[in-house]
Amino acid sequence: MTYCIAQIPQWLAEPGLTHFLVISAILFSLGLLAVLTRRNVIMVLMGIELLLNSANINFIAFARYTTLALDAHLIALFVIILAAAEAAIALAIVLNIYQQFSTVNVDEVSTLRE
Amino acid sequence: MDLYAFFFYFFAVLTVGSAFVVVFSRNIIYSAFALMFTFFGVAALYVLLYADFVAVTQLLVYVGGILVLIIFGVMLTTKVFSVEMKTGTLNLLPATLFTAIIAGMLIFVFSATDWNVVPDQEWDTTVYGIGALLVNEFILPMQVAGVLLLVAMIGAVMMAARDWTKLKSK
Repeated sequence: MTYCIAQIPQWLAEPGLTHFLVISAILFSLGLLAVLTRRNVIMVLMGIELLLNSANINFIAFARYTTLALDAHLIALFVIILAAAEAAIALAIVLNIYQQFSTVNVDEVSTLRE
Repeated sequence: MDLYAFFFYFFAVLTVGSAFVVVFSRNIIYSAFALMFTFFGVAALYVLLYADFVAVTQLLVYVGGILVLIIFGVMLTTKVFSVEMKTGTLNLLPATLFTAIIAGMLIFVFSATDWNVVPDQEWDTTVYGIGALLVNEFILPMQVAGVLLLVAMIGAVMMAARDWTKLKSK
């Protein structure tokens, strides 16, 4: 007669589509929090990278578990390409902002207001 | 609990934990380095989802390219040897509430929906299929992406060059 002391529930023992989706949801919320709350522009950029990564996890997870197949992989690749272009452009803009205002805090760069 | 589940939970905890460090760390350098572990964890999750090519691309582009760019940005825009490395926060309370609501809604929807899962798909390596798709159905997006990368490169160089007018007059 055998019995397990710590019976692992079924939904925990077999990672499926929902597990990956929940991870991507957590990453999405953390990225959103970084975008909304941090003052430093570069922290906002890191938040955007987290958002794009969470979207990519969704694409790849749906590719694995549904009939989306390789199309989703290609979409994820194009998202990565866009993220690379966006990071380069954004950092060039950040460098210009730093030269103009000698700060990279988003709340202090407000010349266009007024 | 088999090996797949073990690795899944290991990399899930790595990804989410280092993402927490990214967002909540006071020091921006710590955030940048924690972001590297997040990218590694996401790449490992791609491997667990049989997306080998995307995983390698993730490592090359994110860890090798974007992260280095971000660290360069940090180094060039903060006074590294002063206390200024600490970054402040804005409207923390409403943003946290909003994000918590979004997270709760997303997780509820993701776990409550009855996804149309196709069981037990056989997966080969994806490189051949991705290459074939890139030169057939996805030829136009690939060309557009190439042009976009060229434009982004030229634009970034033009914007980041210090004295462009002086450079041009020579």
